[in-house]
Amino acid sequence: MMLFVRLILTACFLGLSSQALAIDQVHAFDDPALQERYENINRELRCLVCQNQTIADSNATLAGDLRREVKELIAAGKTDDEIREFMIERYGDFVLYRPRMTGTNFLLWAAPALMLIAGFFVALRVIRRRAAETELDPDGPEEAGNP
Amino acid sequence: MLKYIVPFAVFVLLGAFLFVGLYRDPRYVPSPLIGKPAPAFSLPSLQDPQYPVATRELMGQPWILNVWGTWCGGCREEHDKLLVIAKQNTVPLIGLNWKDDSNAARKWLRDLGNPYAAVAVDQEGRTAIDWGVYGAPETFLIGPDGLVLYKHIAPMTMEVWKREFLPRIEAARAGREQSSS
Repeated sequence: MMLFVRLILTACFLGLSSQALAIDQVHAFDDPALQERYENINRELRCLVCQNQTIADSNATLAGDLRREVKELIAAGKTDDEIREFMIERYGDFVLYRPRMTGTNFLLWAAPALMLIAGFFVALRVIRRRAAETELDPDGPEEAGNP
Repeated sequence: MLKYIVPFAVFVLLGAFLFVGLYRDPRYVPSPLIGKPAPAFSLPSLQDPQYPVATRELMGQPWILNVWGTWCGGCREEHDKLLVIAKQNTVPLIGLNWKDDSNAARKWLRDLGNPYAAVAVDQEGRTAIDWGVYGAPETFLIGPDGLVLYKHIAPMTMEVWKREFLPRIEAARAGREQSSS
């Protein structure tokens, strides 16, 4: 049983590692820390030719060119933010898979909080009305059927 | 009464947003370059690699940058429109041959006609990335001051040329004359 679990786990890890290498064939960096940064950034950038893939997943030539660009920027000592900025300057916010909060999409970011607040007020009103109803009618409809 | 109006209004508003969304093109990505200085390049010319095609030589006049490649179906589709536009002689048409085989590109221009005043060769696709290009054909309009005025993503049509490009070219020229006089 234990062996079986181990086999499955090994297969999973092998699957993961081969996925990371699937596009590039070879590691972009010998330094594992740089390689990790490289892969993380690639997973955050959208391939604009095939819009629902990251440049880490896509084998489009543009995605390859963008990976090369990320690699060179990392090698040149740029920070992750500077690399993201480089991409935004050229392709706009759409290139990011984790969008930033800007003036135009503020409502989208605020929507969950606003809905929660609205829900709170609706709940408050319903509870108050129910409370008022039970005060007026101490033998509420629930008790009406009791002997 | 309000109990019914409010949910209905929310429903109609949401419905309107979704309805408009149905007809918008998700492949159209607005360029952040509009209104910003055009990224400079100096690349070998397709016809004679010894002579570079450089953006700074084009300053002082409106010009068009058309990104194309022989591997691109839409480029063939728009090619005869580019030839018509080139004949009108309104602005210089500069081609950016994007990640292409130069021999094939030269043959393409020999066979189909050459609408370009010059063609810059971007073999590695670096200039295309600077310009935020993601799918050929793309056509940029650059003003006399070197600012990007407009970008069209899709094969060029005469309708788009007349509606989007010509008025902007005229406005750019008019603005130029005003500031110089």
